[in-house]
Formats: sequence, structure tokens, C-alpha cells
Amino acid sequence: MPDVTDQRTKPSRSLVGRDPWTTPLDEIDLAHPGIWQANEFLPYLARLRRDAPVHYCADSPLGPYWSVMKYKDIMTMEAAPHIYSSEPTIGIVDVIPEFTLPMFIAMDPPKHEEQRKTVQGVVAPANLKNLEGLIRQRVIAILDKLPKDEPFNWVDLVSRDLTTQMLATLFDFPFEDRHKLTYWSDVATAIPGAGLIDSYEEGFEILKECLAYFSRLWQERAGREPGSDLISMLAHGEATRNMPPREFLGNLILLIVGGNDTTRNSISGGVLALNENPQEYQKLRDNPALIPSMVSEIIRWQTPLAYMRRTAKVDTELGGKTIRAGDKVLMWYASANRDADAIDNPDEFIIDRPRARQHLSFGFGIHRCMGNRLAEMQLRILWEEISQRFDKVEVVGEPTRIYSSFVKGYTDLPVIIRSSAVKGQ
Amino acid sequence: MTRITYIEHNGTEHVIDANNGESVMEAAINNLVPGIDADCGGACSCGTCHVFVDEAWVQAVGEPGEFEEPMLDINPERSANSRLSCQIDISDELDGLVVRLPEFQF
Repeated sequence: MPDVTDQRTKPSRSLVGRDPWTTPLDEIDLAHPGIWQANEFLPYLARLRRDAPVHYCADSPLGPYWSVMKYKDIMTMEAAPHIYSSEPTIGIVDVIPEFTLPMFIAMDPPKHEEQRKTVQGVVAPANLKNLEGLIRQRVIAILDKLPKDEPFNWVDLVSRDLTTQMLATLFDFPFEDRHKLTYWSDVATAIPGAGLIDSYEEGFEILKECLAYFSRLWQERAGREPGSDLISMLAHGEATRNMPPREFLGNLILLIVGGNDTTRNSISGGVLALNENPQEYQKLRDNPALIPSMVSEIIRWQTPLAYMRRTAKVDTELGGKTIRAGDKVLMWYASANRDADAIDNPDEFIIDRPRARQHLSFGFGIHRCMGNRLAEMQLRILWEEISQRFDKVEVVGEPTRIYSSFVKGYTDLPVIIRSSAVKGQ
Repeated sequence: MTRITYIEHNGTEHVIDANNGESVMEAAINNLVPGIDADCGGACSCGTCHVFVDEAWVQAVGEPGEFEEPMLDINPERSANSRLSCQIDISDELDGLVVRLPEFQF
């Protein structure tokens, strides 16, 4: 007689295909990438907002962790870095010191501010004004090369390349090598086994090449007059010029990653959102002055980074629960941005909604995304130029989403631009 | 009602009659004064309601608070008379207040 226990398989932690409203709360591991790639995550976020707005997952392959689902509770956390620390990491994976890169996103005051202040000038709006012309040139060059009447992958031809060019500009990185920036960024955020790297060890070896390349650029820039690119700022800034190599690499990776797949996925997300909401696409056509507000709405709708992690420094209370010192706590921006207690009609994509800028995709508090105006500017210029050229960028197939509960984005978005949609024909 | 003057970076003036108890930020938003974004809605968490308090009013308005200071600290345009306008509550003592708006919010 076969042993029944041999035939019992451990239930998959993936929630894909299960009922979000009846799955027991203690079986919900929101950080498992399954439902995120399958685009089944929204009802789980709603379920937890309703039934467990501060939810404890006791048993996960990445250790136990809290999920905070409500806008107001996340705001409480963002305003309290002395309670909810960003050290040692802001991702769910507990860091292995040998493979950890120090970066200011994962630092607390006062070191955080000392380092952030050194580099934020490069993305300050005053500096962005100087970059607007160049960005527009690049957008036009990409849009004017797009094929007509044949399907193509928007992610590859537009989202990825545009973002990479932007990063290369910020770093004054050799333009012909700019693909390395995207590659290193993708390696830095990859889950081993999902197609890019097989292990964190492999990832770290690849990032050593990144360090070597940037170290060479650092040497060059340190020997010159201070410039307005990121490397020059780090090489000359008082708080950063004596930075140990691992910290230099860490902050570089931070700035590459910060401006890489987030912007890329918002560029893709906007096309998808407009196609899924044709009445909003018509609003855009009728009134391109809505672009700035639409950009904020796209960023809210997409929420390119689903969460950020904090670690409690002391025992504390949140949403009626007791969080212990040392506990891992995830702020689910992807949930807060759909919280009806904070945002009206949150599941609707409304390009002229009031208070469109009040969303959590950039976070809030001292760690609020310093590239937020740069991201918005790229999207604004892109949509200004699209609006002048094409009546419609038409999605013609299902998007393929990334296997990640952290990075919310797309590897494939099949689109077509029909010659009938080209303006001035 | 308390009179507040907001001066945009380009010199345009907006003179508003505000309610006591509102913040300087809320009065601006409610009266459609451009140049204050208030992305976090007044939670002292975004820095996008940054204003420069006119010299004559710095004392009456007071110093930045404990949680306001770090947000101002990471603003590259921060000056000695910078405040986050969501943290300035309007009262009779501020009747006639003048604030200048930065060219950009960050």
C-alpha cells in the first residue's frame, strides 16, 4: 500500500488560480511573484486592505514579514524613519553581507541625507531644464524610426532604449556602451533563476565589472574640473569623494536602478492604460494639455515598485497590531495607490483626476524618490511628441509581465502604429 | 479672514483671504495659487509645498519643526527663511503674511 504521505506535495506558495476572497489569510504570501506576473494581484490587495490591513505572513521562503496595505498606515511609516529603519536593506531579501552594496536608499539619518544631498543636484528641476532639449531630440529620433503597419515590442523599441539613453546622459556615460547600464541594473534587481542570473554570486561577479568600468570613469572625472554629471558629483562631493569602492558601486547601482526599470515600466504602462481605457485616450487626443496630469496618473496606475521594506528598530503599534523590534515590514505602494479611503475611484484610470500627484509610487518622507521630476519630464516629453505624431499606439496582444513582486513591469508589450493613425497623412 | 500674499517666482502676486486654522499650503491649493504642489497632502512628507517666508514675517511664522527640518534639509534650494507651508497654520497673528514661491518644487 503506497504511503499516502509520499503523495502529499507541499502546497505551492503561488496563489495563481486561487480565490483571493476565500484563501485563508495565513496562506497569503503576497511577496511570492506568481500573482504579480499573472496579473492577479489586485483582488489580493483589496482582500488584505479589507480583512488584514496590517498582515503578518508567518511562513515564507524569505522569512516572516508584515504587509502594510493602507495609504494612511504607510504614510505613518514613511514619516518615522527612527522607528522604521531603511537599514540594512529596502528589499524583502535579507542581505548577505558579502553581497551587499551600501547605498543611501538603505541608510538612515544622518548618513542618508549627507549622501543624498551630494547627488540630488543632477536631477534638480533647474538642471532638468537644461536636459529638456536633449531628451526631446532623443524621443523624436526613437519615435520617427518606429515601424508602421507591423507589430513590434514597445518595451524594446521605446521604453527600454529611451530610458537607457537618459541614464547615459545623467552619468555622461560613453553612449555606445549604454546598454551596459541597463544590463547591470537588471542584474542588480534580478531574482536568481528567473532568466538573467543563476545565483546572487553570479550577479555580484557581474557587478564587479560595473565597478571596474565606473572606477575608470571616476578616475578620469576626479582629475578634471567638477562637472554636472553624476560621476563628477560623486568624485568631487565632500561627503562622497573618499567613498569606499563598495559604497561607490552601491550608490551607482542605486541611481542606475532608480532611473531604469521604473521609468521604463511607466513608459510601457501608459500605453497599456490608455488602450484599456479608450475614453481616456480620447480625452488625451481632445486635450493634450492634460499630459502633465496624465503622467502622474500613469505613475500611480502602474506603481512601478510595488513595495519598499523597512525594519522595525523598536516594538511599535500599527493598525492595531504589535510589530516587534527586528521585524520586516513591507509598505505595499501598489495597494495604497488603490486605497479608496485615500484616493477616489482608485481603480479607475482618470487622466484629469484632481490631486493626481497624491500617490505613493515615489514614496514619501526623507527617502522620497529624488528622480521624480526627471521621470515625469521624460514621460511628459514622450507623450507630447507621440500626440503630435500618432493618433493611436495600439496594443495588439497580451503584455508579458515581469516575474517579480517588487518590480511591476513588462518585458513585452505588442503594439502597432497603423499608417492611418499617423498625423498629417 | 486673514490676508496672505503669495508671490510667484515670476513676480505674479496672489492676495488671498484665508481661514484661520487652515495651513498656508491649504489656502494656496484652495485658491488655485500655482507653484505649490503639496503632493503628500500636508503630511510634512514630500517637501513640495516649500515657500520662502518674507523677512518681515520670519519671526511671526517661527522656525521649522522637528519633522519639517529633515525634509527642508534635502531641498537643494533651502534658505534660512524656508518653511514647508503645510506646517504653517494661519491665525490672526499672520494677517498680512507674505511668502515667495520657489521657481521649482522638487
